Formats: sequence, structure tokens, C-alpha cells
Amino acid sequence: MRPFEYARPETEAEAIEFLNDHGGQTAVLAGGTDLLNLLKADVVTTQRVVDIKHVPSFHEVVPEQGGVKIGALVTLEELHDHPLLAEYRSLLDVIDGVRAIQIQSSGTLAGDLCHHPNCWYYRNGYGLLALEKGESLVTSGDNRYHAVFGNQGPAKFVSASRFAPGLIAWGAKVRVIGPQPTEAEWVPLEYFFITPRTNQQGTTILKPGQMISHVWLPDPGVTRSATYEVLQLEGLDWPLAAAAACLQIEGGTVRQARLVMGHVAPVPWIASDAARWLVGQSVNEETAGMAADMAVSRATPLSQNEYKVQLARTAVKRAILKAAGLLTMEGA
Amino acid sequence: MSHDVPTRTGPDQHSPGFHRRDFLKGSGAAVAATAMATAGDDARAQVAPKKISTSAPQKIKLNVNGQERELTVEPRVTLMDALRNDLNLTACKDVCDRAVCGACTVHIDGKPVLACTRLAIEFTGQKIVTAEALMTPTKTDAVIDAFVKHDGMQCGFCTPGFVMAVRGFCNSHPNATVDDCRKGLGGNICRCGTYDSVLKAAYEVAQTKKGGA
Repeated sequence: MRPFEYARPETEAEAIEFLNDHGGQTAVLAGGTDLLNLLKADVVTTQRVVDIKHVPSFHEVVPEQGGVKIGALVTLEELHDHPLLAEYRSLLDVIDGVRAIQIQSSGTLAGDLCHHPNCWYYRNGYGLLALEKGESLVTSGDNRYHAVFGNQGPAKFVSASRFAPGLIAWGAKVRVIGPQPTEAEWVPLEYFFITPRTNQQGTTILKPGQMISHVWLPDPGVTRSATYEVLQLEGLDWPLAAAAACLQIEGGTVRQARLVMGHVAPVPWIASDAARWLVGQSVNEETAGMAADMAVSRATPLSQNEYKVQLARTAVKRAILKAAGLLTMEGA
Repeated sequence: MSHDVPTRTGPDQHSPGFHRRDFLKGSGAAVAATAMATAGDDARAQVAPKKISTSAPQKIKLNVNGQERELTVEPRVTLMDALRNDLNLTACKDVCDRAVCGACTVHIDGKPVLACTRLAIEFTGQKIVTAEALMTPTKTDAVIDAFVKHDGMQCGFCTPGFVMAVRGFCNSHPNATVDDCRKGLGGNICRCGTYDSVLKAAYEVAQTKKGGA
């Protein structure tokens, strides 16, 4: 790793102030599992890391405005055990899939949302778009884990966030603070992620000197949710495809539905047609399968990842069934 | 260095006469004493961690295995490297260095974390426990006994990390099932493939609720 300064702010305003020094050539340090790897690989360079763990408000979980406000630094373990979050099944499903106690105790909610893509071209220094002489290395290379949606532009990687599909399905918002010390704005999470057109654009709307301070979720009410991740390994692994479903079912009929896929596109991929179709149906094997067909019908797989379309379809179907309480056996 | 924790180079056992190491220790103390006498601000600055540390080597205090240790490291030095290279606590193994294998697992305030992707400077004021602390001349942790009983190792390289992960897991998951153990311990990789024995050991400790460090 290259040398850097270490800053330890104690308030939100101080965190923003420290992030804005060095012309914003700074990085937020939370659980460290992603940032340190990026720094070691020299994929990210920084003049200073700002360790935000000593800002009390980033650790809170409190009721707010008909929902719950979760601090950026709340760890997976804390999320899993918090009484205010017990009804957000789609988030708990994700935590159950992170099969390492070390990541559960260090990994943070906002850290997951800001996790850089795991694309091996990106991680090996070819940039987010993995271009060489203007040609995409992904298109002609090993793209087995790359995008099957939203990949017609130069970006072919998949969004790494595991919580984003579930959070977006819930209608979550994120509070973005900075670059001015008192500046704060609530942004719907679905608008937080971007598909970059250049290597410099990044994967989120965050500009230098900005960070996520909190995530807000609406009260669960009668809505039921689930996430289904397709994992290759029994141990610690990233999903090949995932889907989250939020369903409001009354009298056996779906009244409201939100379906979001993960790890299939450069951003979390919202399946609005399928969700709209599901409204008015009763959930069963057949309707879940039809919604899943609809969700993946416009996939554009690359040369080596057509299998991911089927995995995404399965994830959508099982997420719907799971949210409706109909997926009794794991892996059924 | 504590007497019951062996160092990589070994303790000075036969040291009659004057040694370079003693000279360095002595002169360091003298310099420190001068600094204390002349620069009160610096002394105060050490009590509360500085808000901004430059990229140059920083003097930090870490509480490791119950002892206050002072070391001088750059902010970029990982906790793993500080433990291994500065404090000679080599049970924290350097294997993947990318937060995927679990061999560097240590406990921070009782929770298992991967020392390879944390900075040493982050942990001033927190309690760090390494695998060395699980076995003292008078006490052996139940996890170690269970590993021995179930033959939970072959080459042994992943073992200290695995032992710390099992200890952390059993502390927070009493009565865990074998399946719970498998899911919680998925972040530790053993290339010899001793998972079955390790899981048996973890299950036994979780079921018998044997406490430890």
C-alpha cells in the first residue's frame, strides 16, 4: 500500500471536513474489507483514509418518520439482531448468506452499498470499463460472472451490493452528506447507483467529499419480503445472481409487488414489468415462474454467461415464493 | 514481550555483559524522558488519539492479550503486519492478505475480525486478543482441547485463525448446530480439507458452552 494519512473524526461535520481536504483525494474507512483490498491492489489511491467509526450517529438504529433510520456503520451482525429490523426479511436473508463470522462482525450496511465491483478486470487494474485500445476486454474475454442486463454500453461489470436489491424493493432511501459540512440530502436508493460511461464516473452518485450517513426504510406494515441468492460455494462467496421481492398480499391476492435483481447488471436491476404483472395474481409455483420469465425475458447475455439468465430467473421465482411463505425447503 | 509468549527470535536467555539491544532500550528511555520533560503537549496528545495522523510513522498504544504495547507504525500498516512484525505475535497468519481465507482472525473487543484488512492505528483503546492468549502455562482454552481431541488440523497453517473464529463463533452462538457452525465458519479456508474435524470441534464447544478467552 502507498502511504496515507489517517483521520479520526468524531462528528458528521468533522468527517465531511476531513474528507474534503486534499481536494477530496480521500477515502472513507468503515469495516475495511473492501477499501484495504483496493488500496493494496493500487486500484484506489488516497491521500488520507477517514476512519468514520468514532462518529456516534453512524452507529444508530432509530425509528424515524414512519420507518427506521439505520446508521451507515451498523454491522451485519447488529442488523441481524436488532428488534426494529426483524420484519425486513429480505435483509436478514442476505446476512444469512454471508457465511463468515468475521465479515458479519466487521461488514457495514453502507460499506456494502459502496462496495466496488468484483470484476476481475477492474480488480487487476484495467479500470471499471476494462477497455484496451478502446475495445472491451470483457466482451472478448472471460465474462462468466459479468452482466446479463444493462451491458449494451461500455460497462459490463455487475453491481456488488448484496443489500441493494432488498433495500430498493423496500423503497429505501439513503442520506448523502457533504461536500459542505452541513449538507445532507435523502436520495431514493434506486437512484444512488449509476452505470458509468467512463472509467472515472464510479458506480454511485457520490462525489468526492460525499458519503452515506444513514439508510431509511419504511415501516414494514403487512408487506413481506425475501431475498434469494444463488451461491456457488458453501463458504464465503459472492452470489452469481440474486433477487429480492417485496409483496403485499391480501386475501390471497398480490396488492403490491416490487422485484429487484442483483449481480446481473452494473446497477441493481428493477423488474418492474414482472412486478406489475404479479399484482392481482395469487402467488403459486406457476405465477412466480411466469413473473420470473418476464423478469429475464430481455436479458442480453455475453459470450460465456448465458447460464446466469437461468440463475436470475430461478432467483426471482424463489424470492417471490419465499416472500409469500411458500418456499419451505431451502434449495427447493 | 511477555515471558510466556515466545518471540520469533526467542527471548534473550544468556545475556551477561553489555548488549546492543540493552543500549538501544536504555537510550530510547532516556530520549523519552527528555521529551516528557520538555514537551507537555506531546504527552497530552498521546492520551487522546490524534484526529489527523500524517503518513509518517506514528507512536500508538495497543492493548494486546491484556498488555499495553507501544509501537511505532505508519498508518498504512495493517493490524496483521503490526502483530507479526512489530509484536512478534505470529499466530496471526499472513495467507491471502485479501480478507477471504480467515487465517489472520483475531478478536477485537471479543469479536472475530480479519486483521489483514484492518489498520493497526484503528484499534488504539480497544482490546485485541490473538491465538497466543488461548494457551498459557496454566490454562488451555476449550477450543484448543476440542481441536486436539477431534484432530482438527493437518498442516496447521490455518489453525490459529480457525481457532479464533471458532472461539468467537461459540461465544456468540451457544448451542449452535453443525449447520450453524458451517455457515458461521465459512470464512476460514483449510487447504488440507480438515473441515469435518474442525466442525466437530466447534460443535462440541458450542454445545458444552465452554467459555474461554
